[in-house]
Amino acid sequence: MRLMVENIRILDPQQDIDQVTNLYVARGRILGIGKDAPEGFEADRIINGTGKWLFPGLVDLQARLAEPGSHYEGTIASETKAAVSGGITTICCPPDTMPVNDSQAVTELIQRRARQAATAFVLPIGAITKELGGQYLSNMAALKNAGCIALSQANSPIQNSLTLKNAMAYAASNDILLMLRSENKNLKNNGVAHSGVVSSRLGLTEIPASAETAALARDLILVEETGVRAHFSLISTARSVEMIADAKKRGLPVTCDVAAHQLHLTEYDVMDFDSLFHVTPPLRSHDDKAALRVGLKMGVIDAIVSDHTPLDRDDKLLPFGESAPGISSLETLLALTLKLVDEGVLDLNQALAKVTNHPANIIGLHHGSLETGNSADFCIFDPEANWTLDRKEMISRGDNSPFQGWEFNGQIEATYFQGRPVYQNNPV
Amino acid sequence: MRLSTPNIQLNEKGKLRHFLTLEGLKHHHLTEILDVAESFIDPLTGEINKLDTLHGKAIMNLFFEPSTRTLTTFEIAEKRLSADVVNLNIETSSTKKGETLLDTLWNLEAMLADMFVVRHSESGAAHFIAKHVAPHVHVVNAGDGQHAHPTQAMLDVFTIRKHKGDIFDLKVAIIGDVQHSRVVRSQIQALSILEAREIRVIGPKTLLPSHPEALGIHVYDNVEEGLEGVDVVINVRLQNERMKSALLPSEKEFFNLYGLTKERLAYAKPDAIVMHPGPINRGVEIDSEVADGEQSVILEQVTYGIAVRMAVMSIIFRNAQELQEEKRQALLDLNMMETSE
Repeated sequence: MRLMVENIRILDPQQDIDQVTNLYVARGRILGIGKDAPEGFEADRIINGTGKWLFPGLVDLQARLAEPGSHYEGTIASETKAAVSGGITTICCPPDTMPVNDSQAVTELIQRRARQAATAFVLPIGAITKELGGQYLSNMAALKNAGCIALSQANSPIQNSLTLKNAMAYAASNDILLMLRSENKNLKNNGVAHSGVVSSRLGLTEIPASAETAALARDLILVEETGVRAHFSLISTARSVEMIADAKKRGLPVTCDVAAHQLHLTEYDVMDFDSLFHVTPPLRSHDDKAALRVGLKMGVIDAIVSDHTPLDRDDKLLPFGESAPGISSLETLLALTLKLVDEGVLDLNQALAKVTNHPANIIGLHHGSLETGNSADFCIFDPEANWTLDRKEMISRGDNSPFQGWEFNGQIEATYFQGRPVYQNNPV
Repeated sequence: MRLSTPNIQLNEKGKLRHFLTLEGLKHHHLTEILDVAESFIDPLTGEINKLDTLHGKAIMNLFFEPSTRTLTTFEIAEKRLSADVVNLNIETSSTKKGETLLDTLWNLEAMLADMFVVRHSESGAAHFIAKHVAPHVHVVNAGDGQHAHPTQAMLDVFTIRKHKGDIFDLKVAIIGDVQHSRVVRSQIQALSILEAREIRVIGPKTLLPSHPEALGIHVYDNVEEGLEGVDVVINVRLQNERMKSALLPSEKEFFNLYGLTKERLAYAKPDAIVMHPGPINRGVEIDSEVADGEQSVILEQVTYGIAVRMAVMSIIFRNAQELQEEKRQALLDLNMMETSE
C-alpha cells in the first residue's frame, strides 16, 4: 500500500526537520519527505494532516511486557497495544521475566510472540547473569546473537564488584552494550522511600541517594578500566547527573536515561502513603528533580524511558512498604515528555529526540527517525486535543498509574507501524 | 511545595473520624482529647468509672504485631466504655494463609464492626485501612511501623500537663532512638502542636532520621548540653536489634554516652519530670536510681493511658453521631418545607 500524509508538520530530530510538508510511504517503508512526490509515486490513500503533527514512533529503552511470566500483569499483545496508543513503536524489554531472559530460548519466545502481535518492534534485553542472580555469567554472546540489543540486570544490580568487572570485560570483548542500574543493596537496606524530609516525618524506611551514587561511582570506575559500552538506566539523583557529566567529559563510553515520572513527581507525592507512588528507584527530592531536568536539557541525560511495570491491582492494594513498586507508564511517556515542553524545560525538538533518535542511537538502530528506507513507524498527533488520564480507560492490563486526573496538551491521533495503522484514537 | 494532603482522619465538619496520626491535627483537637480524658478520672480517688457511652458498639482490636501493654490498655478502655470487644491476633491467622489484608478487613466489617484499633509493622498501614473501610467504620492507630503511635503520645502529653499545667513554653528533651520510634514521631508532633517552646533530641546520628529538621527538632550530640534547663526528659527504649545492624557498638557504650543518670539529670531544671513509654531497659537507657526516683512519672503513665484511649474513642463516636443527627435534621427540615409548600 502506498500512503501519503499531506500538509502536516513533520518533526524528525534525527534529520533536523521541522516543517509543514508531505510524507510518502510504500511497502511499509518511508519513501521520502517533501512537497514533491518521489518519481512514479501514486498514493492508494491520502491523509490530510492539516493542523496536525507527524513524528517518528517512540523508542522506549525500558518497558516490561509481562511475558513470559506471571509476576506482572499483561501479555506482549496487550502491552504492545498500550505502547502504540502512547506512540511507542519500539520497545526494549528487560530480562526480569519469568523465566528470566538468560537464554536464547526465552529471547526467541519473546521475539515470536512479538511477531504474532505485530503491533510494535519488541527488542529483548538479555540477562547479564544467570537468573539475574548476580553470580554466574549467562551466555552473553549467544544472547547477543539471538537478537538481544543489550544485556542488563533489570532491578537486581550485581553487588559483587569482581563479578561486575568480569561481566564488563567480557561484554567489551564481544562488543555488547550493558544497561546498568546502579544500586548498592546494603545502602538500600530494604528501604522503600527516598531518605529525605518526607521519610523522616512518615517513618518510611529510607533509601539514601548514596545507595545509587556509591554504586554509580564504582560502576564508572570499572567502565573506565574495562572500556565496556555502558548505559545507565533510571538515574534519580542530582549527584548522579554530575557524575555522568564528568564521565562523559572524560570520554567514557557512557550514556544514561531517566524515567519520565522522576521528572514530574517527588518524595512529597508519597505524603499520603499512596502505593501508586511506590517506585524503584524512589521518588527523590525537589532538588533532584530539578537537576534531572537540567541534565536532560544539557544533554547529560540522553533518553527518557517509561520503565513500564504493569501490576495486578492486588500488588498495589497493600500498605506502602508492602506494595510492589512500579508504574504502568507506556501511555504517559510521550505526554510526560511533552509536558516538559509546556513547562519550558526542553524545546519540542529536544524533547522528541529524548524519546526517538537518541534512545535508538544508544542501541545502535535506525529506529526513531523518518529517514528514507526506514520502517514507516510514526505518530500523527493533534496538538489541539487535550485529554485527562483516566485509569479506567487505560489500555495496559496494569492500571497502576499515579497520574489519574492529570491533564495533558496534545494527543496521539494515530500510530503507524510498518506503514499500517496500529492505533487510532477516534476510529471512523 | 505540598506539605500535607487532605486529612482523611477528619470528617466534613473538621472533627475526628479516625485517629491515625497527630500530623495535621489542630490545637483544639488535642486539648479536647486531654480534657475529655481528664473528665474520666475521678478527682478524689483517681479511678476511672465504668460508663455506658459505647454500649452496643463493636470494637475489634486488630493486632498484626504482638503487643501486650497497648492491647491491654485499649481493651480496658473499651470495656470501661461498655463496648463489645473482640481481640484478633492476625499475625498468627489469616494473612499468613495468603488472605490479603483487605480480605481480612472486609470479612470483619461484615461482622458488623464499628471500629478497628490497628497495630501493624508497616508505616502507613492504619492510613491504608482507613482508606478502605466502609464509611461508618472508624480506625484508631495503635502503632504503625515507624510512623505513628498517637494514643501513646497523647497520654505522654496528658502526663506532662498533669505535672506542668500546660505544654506551652516547656522545653522537652528526648533521649534515644528517634529514627526507629513511632512513639517519638508522634510525641514530637503532639508537643509542637501544643506549642512546646523547644523540642530537643539527644542521640547519635545512627538513631536519628536523615532530616531531623523536617520534624522541627534540635539535635544534641552531647547529653549534658541537651538536658541543660529542660522541664521534661523523655527516655526512649533502645531495641536490641540496633546493635545487630551496626547502628551502635554496645548497650554499655550507649549507657556511658547517653544513659540517664542522676548526675546528668541534675542539668535539667530541678523540678523536671522523667518519662519513659516503656518497657524500661534498666542500665541501658536509664539508671534505676532515676527510673524509681522522685522525678520519675513512669508508672502514672500507664493509668492515664486508659483515660486517654477512652477519650479518643468516645470523641470519635460522638462526632459520628452528631454528624448523623445533623443530617437527619436537615432531611426533616427539607421534608417540612416540601409539605408546607
